[in-house]
Amino acid sequence: MTSIGTGYDLSNSVFSPDGRNFQVEYAVKAVENGGTAIGIRCKDGVVLAVEKIITSKLLKPGANKRTATVDRHIGIVSAGLVPDGRHFVSRARDEASSWRSVYKGPIPVSALSNRLGSYVQAYTLYSSVRPFGVTAIVGGWDSEAELAVDGQVGSGPESGSGGKIQGAKTGGPGLYMIEPSGLYWGYYGAATGKGRQAAKAELEKLDLNSGNLSLLEGVKEAARIIYVAHEDSKDKDFELEMTWISSLDGPTKGRHEEVPKGLLEEAERAAKRALEGEDEEEDATKGDANDSERMEE
Amino acid sequence: MNHFPEAWGRPRDDIYGPYNPSYLQTTGPKTHTQSPAVTGTSVVAVKFNGGVAIAADNLASYGSLARFTDVKRLRKFGESAVIGFSGDVSDMQHIDRLLESIDIRENYSTHGNTMNAKNLHTYLSKVLYKRRSEFNPLWNHILVAGFDENKKPFLSSADLLGTTFSAPHLATGFGAHLAVPILRRLFPDEESIETASKEQAVAALRECLKVLWYRDARSLDKYSIAVISEAGIEIEEDQQIEAQSWAFAEAIKGYGAQVN
Repeated sequence: MTSIGTGYDLSNSVFSPDGRNFQVEYAVKAVENGGTAIGIRCKDGVVLAVEKIITSKLLKPGANKRTATVDRHIGIVSAGLVPDGRHFVSRARDEASSWRSVYKGPIPVSALSNRLGSYVQAYTLYSSVRPFGVTAIVGGWDSEAELAVDGQVGSGPESGSGGKIQGAKTGGPGLYMIEPSGLYWGYYGAATGKGRQAAKAELEKLDLNSGNLSLLEGVKEAARIIYVAHEDSKDKDFELEMTWISSLDGPTKGRHEEVPKGLLEEAERAAKRALEGEDEEEDATKGDANDSERMEE
Repeated sequence: MNHFPEAWGRPRDDIYGPYNPSYLQTTGPKTHTQSPAVTGTSVVAVKFNGGVAIAADNLASYGSLARFTDVKRLRKFGESAVIGFSGDVSDMQHIDRLLESIDIRENYSTHGNTMNAKNLHTYLSKVLYKRRSEFNPLWNHILVAGFDENKKPFLSSADLLGTTFSAPHLATGFGAHLAVPILRRLFPDEESIETASKEQAVAALRECLKVLWYRDARSLDKYSIAVISEAGIEIEEDQQIEAQSWAFAEAIKGYGAQVN
């Protein structure tokens, strides 16, 4: 450990001779220890899920939420330092409200992610601050319907298009992941935190880019993936926290909400069943292998 | 020679008379926010057994000009309250955006204790009072309809001075003179309010709006009506005043062309 930074990691915003910024890399390490967080972009909505590690039995179950709402239509989950995540959410809410005061409408998910990316990146530039110890997943639904401007009282001219483009297709699901460096990409499926490798492997199996996965299937898959990702830290208790944003004609009507208790429990039961099934399969294949070994004997 | 530099290069007072300084810009306070420009007229509301009904026409007047005829002056707050605005329409839009931001922030907490109509009325009355204390009033008279913390129907008013008043039936503007007496006749006491059905309340409001359409020159025959009950909020925004009869107009003497 002593030689890895060789002096170039003592201050933020300092490059090493081979072009690395060690403080940012250490922030990524902080993220890699946090509970797994994932997001799935489905055809009719977005699911966000986080594995909330229970650090004490004295904490009230279901309290101390790790998912947060921004404006009405965007949700954020993060892995890493919880207070950093809180500040990140607070900034996101300020950005969304400032967008509204200027444009009199909800901020698009892409625009919010862009602003948050810029904000996080600014924390890599100055020696007086440290980078964010979180990787955040921002998911939301941009309204596909024509929205009224905030405070609008009438319906505009009765004839003519009134400056509107007829039949323009707008809105839809959005999913972005913002890293401590400020780097952000849009994703079909995003995973971060301790179990990200396992989660990413599972997300890749879902064939998300074909855009066939429905939101309800997404909820089931998200629960299962968090359970799969938890396999490596089985000794710790955790709570599954899951939120979703559907299309306007879906269950949440374009709003970011917690997945209802009944559905959440159903998804958790299915996740546990799927895991047990896998174990049995593994046992069965091992058993076969043993048999064949014996056969050879 | 006049040695005061401000007089140099100007018409001489002894020849042309002194300049009338009232044509110059004064440095007094801004006053254009202290009178309304585009306005909405009366809002009427009445409680009934299990809820509140509230109505307003769809007009925004610019002075005596009927400028905008599809204006929604009943605004929903979340799923819990309806606010009826009379007075300045741009101030209404300002308050509407304020309420929007409050509603968004309300939903950030997941404890489920959301603002009810009574809380909202308290808040708005304080906003109005603060603004009048700054000599920059929000030029509105509002009615807040919904439920209080005990799930009882709630109806109260707040005006541009921050004055609040509550009654089982309320009306703003001209409606305070024309609609309230009708409502008082239909529902004379607390008991009649507690036994009134939703249909009776709605019919009473429609009757009030018809009278206002007959007698208030800043009103419109298109209106919106909202009913807040346990089932939620129903707003109908494109209502038309039906079964108009202007026969009474023949009997009115002393106005317009016919003076006697």
